[in-house]
This record gives sequence, C-alpha cells and structure tokens, in this order.
Amino acid sequence: MSSTAIAELLRNHEATLLDVWVAAQRNAGMRLDLMNESTIVTNSAELLRKLTTAAAQGMDDLDAAHWQPVKTLLEQFSFNQSRAGVSPSETATFVFSLKEPLFKLIQEHSAEPLVDIWATTQLLDKLGLYSIECFMSGRESVIREQQESMLELSTPVVELWDGILAIPLIGALDSNRTQIVMEALLEKIVETESDIAIIDITGVPTVDTMVAQHLIKTVTAAKLMGAQCIISGIRPQIAATIVHLGVELGDVITKASLADAFRVALKQQGTRFIAATSR
Amino acid sequence: MADKIPILKMGRFLLLSIQVDMHDQLALDLQEDLTHQIVRHKAKGVLIDISALEIVDSFIGRMLSHIANVSRILDAKVIVVGMQPAVAITLVELGLSLEGIATALNTEKGMRRLESMVAEDESVGELESGENADTSASAGD
Repeated sequence: MSSTAIAELLRNHEATLLDVWVAAQRNAGMRLDLMNESTIVTNSAELLRKLTTAAAQGMDDLDAAHWQPVKTLLEQFSFNQSRAGVSPSETATFVFSLKEPLFKLIQEHSAEPLVDIWATTQLLDKLGLYSIECFMSGRESVIREQQESMLELSTPVVELWDGILAIPLIGALDSNRTQIVMEALLEKIVETESDIAIIDITGVPTVDTMVAQHLIKTVTAAKLMGAQCIISGIRPQIAATIVHLGVELGDVITKASLADAFRVALKQQGTRFIAATSR
Repeated sequence: MADKIPILKMGRFLLLSIQVDMHDQLALDLQEDLTHQIVRHKAKGVLIDISALEIVDSFIGRMLSHIANVSRILDAKVIVVGMQPAVAITLVELGLSLEGIATALNTEKGMRRLESMVAEDESVGELESGENADTSASAGD
C-alpha cells in the first residue's frame, strides 16, 4: 500500500479519525485554560484535511511544495501556542496524538500494516519535530522583542535645558547596549541641536575597560559632531577602578553629581540664575 | 574631471559644503584647491559643512585632518560642522578622532565659533593698529 492508499484511508475515515484524535488530545491533557476547545477541533480538522491532500501526492519529502499548506498551518498553530504560554511537549502532543488512532485504522484496513505504520510514523515524527521547531522560533522571537523593548526603555535621553541633554545610565553596560545609548544620544544631539550632553553613570554598578572604552568612544563621537560631553555620577569604587585599569579619560570633564555637571553646563552656556527679590 | 566641490568666499572665510559622495580623487582635488584658495583670498577661517555626507572611510577622515593641518600652517582656522551620528561613530571606530579640529553642530553655530576663534587671534593686533577694532568687537559678540 502506497502513500495514496494512506491518503485514501484518511479521506474515508476522516470523521471518525477526527473524533478519536480530539478525544486523544483531551486525554493527553488539553490546556482548556489557554486554548479554546472549538479552536482545537477546527485546527485538527483543517490539519487532517490538508494532510490528506498532501499525502495523496507523496509522503517522502516534507520540503516538497505540496506539503507547504500543512507546514504553514503547523507554523501558525505552534506560534500561537508559544505566545499563549503552552509548553513544548503539549505542542508536540497535538501531532503525536494522531499516531494512535491512525495506526489502529491502518491495522484494521491495510494489507501490510507494518510498512504503512512505519511510513506514517516517520511522517508524523517529522511533522512533530517541525512544530517544535516553529514553537521554539516563536519563543525566540518573543525573547528578542522583549530584549529590544527593554533596551529602548532603558536608554532615555532627557532634555534638561535648552541645549543641554542628559542621559542617565542605569544597570550593567555591555557593548550592545552602549552602542544603542551612543546612537540615541547622537541622534538626540542632532535633533535638539544641543551643545552639551551629560552622561550620568550613577546607576552603573561596575565599569570595566570595555565600558570605559565605550564611554570614551561616545564622548569622542559627540565631540566630532560639535557637542561636548560631561560624565557625572562616578562613584568612589568606579573612580578607583578607572585609575587602576589605567584608562585614560583624556580631557573629558568629570563631575561628582548630575547637579555639578548641570552647573558646569549652564556656566558654559552663559546661563545664569538670578534669585528672585525677597519680599 | 567630472565634478568639483565649490569653495565659496564669504568675507574673511571660505565656505565649502560637501554634498556628493566623496571619492578619493575628488578629495585630493579638494585638498589642493582649498590650499590655493586660502592663499589667494588670505582666508582667516574655513568652514566645512559635511551634513550631507553619509559615508566616510579612513581616507576621507585622514583628508579632513590633512586639510586642517595645512590650513593651520596657512593661518586659517578650520571648523567641521554638521557631522551625522553614523559618520561620527564610524570615524571613532576607525580610530580617527580628528584631534585639533574644531567642530560644531550646524553651520550657524560653526560660523559663530569660527568668528570668535578668529577674533581671539586678532585681539592682540587690535591694540596695535586699532583698525579692525569694530569688526573684531562685533565678531566676538
């Protein structure tokens, strides 16, 4: 019996197969809290129908064009599962639970049950693995999105005064993040035509050579564009580390606190505050 | 020679705006042309606007510092204005920090800076001759 025969078998017993399959999924512990049962039934029916069509044209090569509809459906299903927070094994169960009802069917109707079961199991294994792969890539895309939004959230550039920007850095700095900080700062300098930018590192727990290097690069890049950078909020340990590491900060202005840096910036701008006359 | 970067004379200053992609020959021509113009017009300052420049390589970076050095010898101040963030990052990554070149965010600020730089230089001569007193005072404002 060839793949066409299996397709025939699928087509003739579609309704019964679907019932048994959905029942098997329910037994395997369907996550009704996360997935609607009717959605699962619809998905199962659709997969079964597409499987039948695809199997009729040969089941050896999953990369063939006629398997594309099945793969697309699995992709969507796994992606939604991963978004909903279903575990990988539960996602795989969706495909693997089709084995039992299908094998029974083959055993009852096939002339060579062993050969057909082997072919089917190979096919379903491949489909199961494929759905896991999709599940994983769905997860990864979620992680990536979160990472990106976290990076954006963590690097706000604020305007302190006309022509004075501040960028308060909080948390550990790595090259990736420093790169984003650098770009955000430079873009903002262009946008607001600010002459002075204050980089506040009060919230940075540790400074190593890499971080220091990145800071210097940022300062130099800003200088090339015509803006001046002031580094503020250097804690005692960090100052000691910078000296210990032998990092040359060059002619970068460093100030203890953001307030001090702000004062310097205002002074350079020629802005002065005049106390209101007391009544 | 297909294209050439125009060098405009504005009072005591020379103005040049790089609006096209710089290729090496163009950079070399510009370098030569600028030195001649500085001498011819007795220019006191050169403002280079690179706000339209989106791609730089180490050659263009070197050319900029070369222009600055030559100009300094010819007694003209150089200021580079309007550098794009991407260009600044590239130059830093290339290790070219353009030491000794003044920079400004835009042409307006660059011009003001250039004027004050030149005025600072001339403030000594002002005492002796008193001729340029008016222009220097307004420029230094």
